[in-house]
Amino acid sequence: MSSLTQSELQQLQDTARCIRGHIVRTISHAGVGHPGGSLSATDILTTLYFHVMNVDPKNPNMPERDRFVLSKGHGAVGLYSTLAERGFFPAEQLKSFGCIDSILQVHPDMHLLPGVEISTGALGQGISVAVGLALAGKLDKAPWRVYCVVGDGESQEGQVWEAAESAAQFGLDNLTVILDNNGVQLMGKTDEVMRMEPQVDKWRAFNWNVIDVDGHDIAALAAAFDLAQTVKGKPTVLVARTVKGKGVSFMEGKSAWHGKSPDAEQLAQALQELGCEA
Amino acid sequence: MVDSPREAFGKTLVELAREDARIVALDADLASSTRMVYFAEEFPERFFQLGIAEQNMVGVAAGMALAGKIPFAGSFAVFTSRRAADQVAISVAHAGLNVKLVGAYPGIVSGNNGATHQAMEDIAIMRGIPHMVVLDPADDIEMAGAVRAAVAYNGPVYLRSTRDAWPRVCPEDYKFEIGKALRVRDGKDLTLIGCGMMTSQCALAADLLAKEGISARVVNMATLKPIDMNAIVSAARETGAIVTAENHNIYGGLGGAVAEVLVEHAPVPMKRIGILDCYGECGRNPDLLAKYKMSVADIVAAAKEVLQRKK
Repeated sequence: MSSLTQSELQQLQDTARCIRGHIVRTISHAGVGHPGGSLSATDILTTLYFHVMNVDPKNPNMPERDRFVLSKGHGAVGLYSTLAERGFFPAEQLKSFGCIDSILQVHPDMHLLPGVEISTGALGQGISVAVGLALAGKLDKAPWRVYCVVGDGESQEGQVWEAAESAAQFGLDNLTVILDNNGVQLMGKTDEVMRMEPQVDKWRAFNWNVIDVDGHDIAALAAAFDLAQTVKGKPTVLVARTVKGKGVSFMEGKSAWHGKSPDAEQLAQALQELGCEA
Repeated sequence: MVDSPREAFGKTLVELAREDARIVALDADLASSTRMVYFAEEFPERFFQLGIAEQNMVGVAAGMALAGKIPFAGSFAVFTSRRAADQVAISVAHAGLNVKLVGAYPGIVSGNNGATHQAMEDIAIMRGIPHMVVLDPADDIEMAGAVRAAVAYNGPVYLRSTRDAWPRVCPEDYKFEIGKALRVRDGKDLTLIGCGMMTSQCALAADLLAKEGISARVVNMATLKPIDMNAIVSAARETGAIVTAENHNIYGGLGGAVAEVLVEHAPVPMKRIGILDCYGECGRNPDLLAKYKMSVADIVAAAKEVLQRKK
């Protein structure tokens, strides 16, 4: 079912591991950032940036590029680590994350970092911008597609559902949303803070093409993105079952690691578990 | 014939869209009120009905601007400003995107819809958002110029669009420029500075004052931001007293903006006419203006008060 060869899959898995290493190192170094939601989205971002999307790090504004919107803007370190690994900027620069004058703001800033289409961080807003991009793309019969990662906590914002109803109304089959359904937010389990399940049923009821997928299975994600491209007349959402803090045992499923920085000892353990260099 | 500002908005948008294919229009189920319906009729493929969901409409407009379009997103002023304030600030203004936001039926004269539909604070909200250009045209002529200027300007603009026609104040050959006030009438004893439909009330007040031997300059300040400091300072220096009149709360709108300039550059006696920090109600326009102390008579009384203080 996957369009990936075994060696391609292996390569993507290695890349995802490197990106996770960047994430924990960057947040530990800065003393600020959101590890949980960055790690949960890593396999999604890896699949998009290294397999699915048409992007050129040397020419980040090329007109025919696919557009990516990180609607859950607090997952910024996940995006930066992916962009660095993809060659948009030197990985060394990740050390400036969160510092004054840095191009790497705690929430992504389109004016500072090439490759960021729109500034996000005010939850619920990115998906509307993604709908606008896809609508303009349709109007221009443009070849590019729009990809947008939304958080499950974020989907508590009413604007997400306003955006969802409009994307379906306009039949935006050039838009793929990926719901990073990690089940945890700052104040606890999403089910307890404000239950949003059943997400699959909700998006289906909003007239979307829904693909239920393991958000850490890169082969399954790649196949889902392939499938999304074949669906006409409807936007597609990948309801991606993910684990907050994926890959670091003491972070997995813990709301405490939504926005906390690992100390030196925790970083060493995290890197060891991930199989990354210190 | 004098058109209403909203009528002029709808017609001018269509004219401009004939020349510029980048212009698109987004509606939140009010196009017949905002007069965006003319655009929808002529350019159905470039008109997007977002339903009653203003926050998403503003975000979608931002996305379309990102892809090179010039979106006009329209609703009632209460919704464009209050309901979608964060979307306007982050998705549009922080992003620096070329979105034109239309706030229809602003202030107390909002088509007899009452308090829920009367935007008392939209100018204050929009002025406080960095980089936002804020316009409140006085009449149909100025509205046509303002829509044209908004399209020519690359960046976010908030455009107030008054429902009803009020007496015209701009000359037929008037060329509107963002940030440039219009001297509607010359005078030496004091200056009445108005914006939106209140400039017409200032002009009527100046007529009455003239009958009593008081020479009032009338300045139309359609651009609330960036404000025309020179027009304000020269009015203060040359006439020595100022009354502002706006269809908006006296806090955070024209009066506040003029006062900011005056205290830093040319303090003179001043009084603000506008909504006195309260919510409104239903009623005919003249009844509303009378009850909420925004009538021509109130402007005349304010003029006499500042003249008294000037001595």
